[in-house]
Amino acid sequence: MAVQDAGVPRLAGGGSGFSVLNDQRVRGVLFQVLLVIGVVSFAWWLISNTAANLRAQGIEFGFGILWNTAGFSINQTLIEYQENSTYGRVYVVGLLNTLLVAALGVVLATVLGFIVGIARLSNNWIIARAATVYIEVLRNIPLLLQIFIWYFAVLRLLPAKREALDLGPFGLLNIAGWYAPSPIFGEGFSVVVIALLLAILGCFAISSWARKRLAATGQPFPVFLASVGLIVAALVVSLLLVALIWGRPLTLEYPTLGNFGPRGGARLFPELMGLLLALSTYTASFIAEIVRAGILAVSRGQTEASYSLGLRSGPTLRLVIIPQAMRVIIPPLTSQYLNLTKNSSLAVAIAYPDLVSVFAGTALNQTGRAVEFILITMATYLMISLITSLFMNWYNARMALVER
Amino acid sequence: MGKMLLPIVAGAALGLTASVASAATLDEVKERGELVCGVSQGLPGFSNPDAQGAWSGIDVDVCRAIAAAIFGDDSKVSYTPLSAKERFTALQSGEVDLLSRNTTWTMSRDSELGLNFAGVNYYDGQGFMVRKDLGVNSATQLSGAAVCTNTGTTTELNVADYFRAQRMEYEVVAFEKADEVVAAYDAGRCDVYTTDASGLYAQRLKLANPGDHMVLPEIISKEPLGPAVRQGDDQWLDIVKWTLNALINAEEMGITSANVEEMKGSGDPAIARLLGVEGSFGEAIGLDNDWAAKAIAAVGNYSEMFERNVGPNTDLGIQRGLNALWRDGGILYAPPVR
Repeated sequence: MAVQDAGVPRLAGGGSGFSVLNDQRVRGVLFQVLLVIGVVSFAWWLISNTAANLRAQGIEFGFGILWNTAGFSINQTLIEYQENSTYGRVYVVGLLNTLLVAALGVVLATVLGFIVGIARLSNNWIIARAATVYIEVLRNIPLLLQIFIWYFAVLRLLPAKREALDLGPFGLLNIAGWYAPSPIFGEGFSVVVIALLLAILGCFAISSWARKRLAATGQPFPVFLASVGLIVAALVVSLLLVALIWGRPLTLEYPTLGNFGPRGGARLFPELMGLLLALSTYTASFIAEIVRAGILAVSRGQTEASYSLGLRSGPTLRLVIIPQAMRVIIPPLTSQYLNLTKNSSLAVAIAYPDLVSVFAGTALNQTGRAVEFILITMATYLMISLITSLFMNWYNARMALVER
Repeated sequence: MGKMLLPIVAGAALGLTASVASAATLDEVKERGELVCGVSQGLPGFSNPDAQGAWSGIDVDVCRAIAAAIFGDDSKVSYTPLSAKERFTALQSGEVDLLSRNTTWTMSRDSELGLNFAGVNYYDGQGFMVRKDLGVNSATQLSGAAVCTNTGTTTELNVADYFRAQRMEYEVVAFEKADEVVAAYDAGRCDVYTTDASGLYAQRLKLANPGDHMVLPEIISKEPLGPAVRQGDDQWLDIVKWTLNALINAEEMGITSANVEEMKGSGDPAIARLLGVEGSFGEAIGLDNDWAAKAIAAVGNYSEMFERNVGPNTDLGIQRGLNALWRDGGILYAPPVR
């Protein structure tokens, strides 16, 4: 009513007694304009104030610094890095380390979270209680503390640097990390890789054929066993073939115990182990609750219907409950993935060289370019999070109930 | 409503903009009634809180001396513990008035970071600490070692330079806080702990068995540690610089916290100038003329400061060495007050 009262007389007769401000639409526009002015002037103030302060202290602003030589060393690098590399390269090294721990963490947390979440709904009293205790303990202790506990527990449990636990074919394990044997590929190893890729393609073909056959005839096919068999067969045959033609396709370089601990081999750093364990077990406790909520959201009738059709509890969970629960699970799961990625910045506490540690930490400190480096770091985390969200939204749309 | 909002927003923007132009640091400190001093998060002998939260150390004494020079009361200091990583940003942004936190004076910090170093209160150098049972007695035998250190320090760069120059392999494990560095070294993650030699003696006290560890003889860098201030306030820089100089000159002239009052009556014109009996040197830097006398009365001369915090009779047990006065074989030399 008010809208009409305010609007109509003004249009009709010039409305001498009414202020334009009483028009709700005008006021709506006015307030929005004011808000924009407010936000823009605040941003302008922020930028000009920063610029003025930087100028007053004789600090220049610019990103050319990224091409200067860093001069410090980083222990875990996924790409070539030397002390005389640039700050730009430090950024890439740090970013890759962040992505590594985030990707591994997401996979581990998801697997563990699903197991614990389903376990909490188990009819077995002990399993259900154990899952409850796990969830309640882990999600109620601050993550930073858990990272310290894992890291220093990992450190204290493992043998000292000049000793090592001999894992036989798996290399050596001690306080400086896990030294796995590193593969040295012989001539013709590409044949094995090609065979493996073909076998994986074959697995997809089998699974699609089996699904069609199941739909057409109702005959189930042991897809999992067939796939494993295919991959193993492809590996064995190609390896034998390569061995016959070129000789050893693959030699393993084993680490040896040197003066300052093991040398050689591929190395998994204890900082990565500690951080990964802490991040994935912590996030898994939240994912478990999300999974439980998702499963409980599927009505009991679905289970009963499935049972009455003759499906046992395994296939019921896998084929009926989980696909429907996924629609409830995926959106909050995305938040957990984002949290895990952002929480990985706590790495700095235990010397894991992630983006915050080496770029927004060491590099920032050596150069003093706080504004530029923090801006780049924030933009990077934002990009990682947005890309993760985009992917999860796409996946969610695919899993959503499609109405036909 | 709408008519009122616009001026408020505009006014707020203008009002905030006005705060850009900052007042002189001395005026701010006087108005606040206390000096805000950036110190370490706990380094015995340099800046370390006791169980009651009272800070002590040679860096803390610099803060106290400056507070005494300004207010005549060395308790008017509030201490802000800063990590190595946070310290310069805290100073640049005005969170602290003065950074007195075992910080090495380097060219890039003095120029690019927009800081000014006011002098040196401890001449240090980077060293290595190892376990005795490692069987190493020289840093040249450390090829292949894992080295624990702090992020954002000159030590991180020096260790990279040293191992590269010696063509030795190494692995750096860099933590943000000194306590974690010590814990990881103590747990055996690293073979070597590196930081300034004074820091090694100080941190060794925190290890489970200090006697099992030794500091190697090599000193691989020059680390002049001193207080730093923001660039662009010359008066404030002068206050910090000359307070530190006054403490060193006081040792040279034999003025101590105990005899400072009676020395005011000494006939020596150099002493009379330093203690404000002659001339108006204090006024020239915006303080009272007896600023130096007040600082010396509060913390004593440099020698007293050294002996009390890091000297041979303390847990750290460090000899004067380089930090002795120039006439005693050290390199401590303060310009004259005249």
